Amino acid sequence: MNSMRRDIFQAIADPTRRAIIALVAVHAMTPSALAEHFDTTRQGISKHLKILTECQLVKQEHQGREIYYQLEIDKMKEIDNWLEQFRKIWETRFQQLDDLLLTIKKK
Amino acid sequence: MKHNLQFDFITDKAKNTLTIRREFLADQQLVWDCYTKSELLNQWFAPKPLTTKTKSMDFREGGHWHYAMIDPNGTEYWGLTEYLKIEPIDFYTALDAFTNAEREINKDLPRAEWLVTFSEKDGNALVETVVTYKSLADLETVIQMGMEQGMISTLEKLDELLLTIKK
Repeated sequence: MNSMRRDIFQAIADPTRRAIIALVAVHAMTPSALAEHFDTTRQGISKHLKILTECQLVKQEHQGREIYYQLEIDKMKEIDNWLEQFRKIWETRFQQLDDLLLTIKKK
Repeated sequence: MKHNLQFDFITDKAKNTLTIRREFLADQQLVWDCYTKSELLNQWFAPKPLTTKTKSMDFREGGHWHYAMIDPNGTEYWGLTEYLKIEPIDFYTALDAFTNAEREINKDLPRAEWLVTFSEKDGNALVETVVTYKSLADLETVIQMGMEQGMISTLEKLDELLLTIKK
């Protein structure tokens, strides 16, 4: 599970993959339609889509002969949940500093 | 008394930065002291239920803070802050690291750069912390460490408990 999570963060660390995520978040797209937005080859886009699919950040949908890619919203939420955990650590830390400041001022 | 103190927590996944802004009901000098004097850092830095213990503190450019966060079982998690630039009482920059008790840096774990800026806001102190990681994967590793050190799971348990009480 840990290695899987790590993969997700690595997947979205790449600027092209982040751009793909942004595009398929609007509506499902085929690899050729996606390729038009980038300076890379269709094969290059397919490689990125493969990584995103493996991390379950996007999913495939077959429509006739075409494969459309769309965003897996739950996975993106998972990343935000991780960051939310981190936020809580800082919240606790700052509450402790609030208490300390109050104690010092009373002295 | 309840105060509405500013608290921003912004992650920039494109720049691998974490920006945390927090307002405190104290003047800038006092908050600066709490961030830069080990006897004060010991009293707040490690989030509950962990506690902070300083092994050595040398707050100057090129100096460091070597400390441990200790969990309720007595397990020590060692950390190091290396100070790069200091401008009292306005800002300092530093590099963090995971170490052992001998201050040897764990090279397998990520290091991040910190820029901590202090300012005055309507008589209160405002602290902005910008943490820059080399990659998002590094940030994930740091969050994972937080889990292992029991910082997060305990907080989750507390949230659950509070929810039960409220019901």
